[in-house]
Amino acid sequence: MAQDLITPDRRDMAASNGEQNRATATFTPAVDIFERADMTVIVADMPGVAPDDVDVTLDRQVLTLRGTVKPYAPKGYSRLASEYRVGDYVRVFTLGDEIDRDGINATFKNGVLQLELPRAPKATTQKVTVKGA
Amino acid sequence: MLQTRFPSVNIFDPFTSMHRVQNTMNRFFDDGRSRGQSVTYPPVNFWGNQDSIVMTTELPGLTEQDIELTVKDAMLSIRGTYPEAETGDDIVWQRNERLEGSFSRSLELPFRVNPEKIDARFENGVLTVEMQRPEEDKPRRIEIKPA
Repeated sequence: MAQDLITPDRRDMAASNGEQNRATATFTPAVDIFERADMTVIVADMPGVAPDDVDVTLDRQVLTLRGTVKPYAPKGYSRLASEYRVGDYVRVFTLGDEIDRDGINATFKNGVLQLELPRAPKATTQKVTVKGA
Repeated sequence: MLQTRFPSVNIFDPFTSMHRVQNTMNRFFDDGRSRGQSVTYPPVNFWGNQDSIVMTTELPGLTEQDIELTVKDAMLSIRGTYPEAETGDDIVWQRNERLEGSFSRSLELPFRVNPEKIDARFENGVLTVEMQRPEEDKPRRIEIKPA
């Protein structure tokens, strides 16, 4: 199970300070999440992000996916049309299951992050014997 | 199933007269189950100067082989098919937001481009196409002789 921890605005229209070389918006990447066998798979679209600029952190149950883009603007050209905006990607999930941290596998290809999160074997209920005084 | 949660935004630069980027014949194919809806996809960004145009579009998850790019005169067409999502009896879906299905879009460029001089690259899910105006179409300075 993976739940969105927060749902930030998809497009941050407020941030536009005229800076050309900085991404001014943060987007929520579209994701597919499915479970297969003992694995939770998260696939996130982050077009424009280089593999080295993808950052995945798991802090306790909080999984953060982050991708930083280097805005592209060809030199010697003026902008004719913008139908989509470019910006960084952030999405945060809380994971319902215990994850085997050592078994996490992350790949990034063609602007798509694929995370394989193996579920840790269920902790067996342990009976604690209460000794008499 | 082709769906997107990224509606395209249109921010046209009012200071350019060159803007003639139109989308015509934009169609979504829905595995033959098309509900007749027409969505403009993929959204594109354009840059230009007198002699060349640069177009970019985001196609995450595709490979170079999945994209078909054609150009004729001043018409650029992009076609492609997103890979199908994983299937299997053992799969339990929690979210399915990413695109699936085929798309086709034709764009009218501000001028005719030389099909021999197109530089198309696909990197990190972004297609970048640089197109040049044919030599013979470039504006030429005419020398004015004194009388």
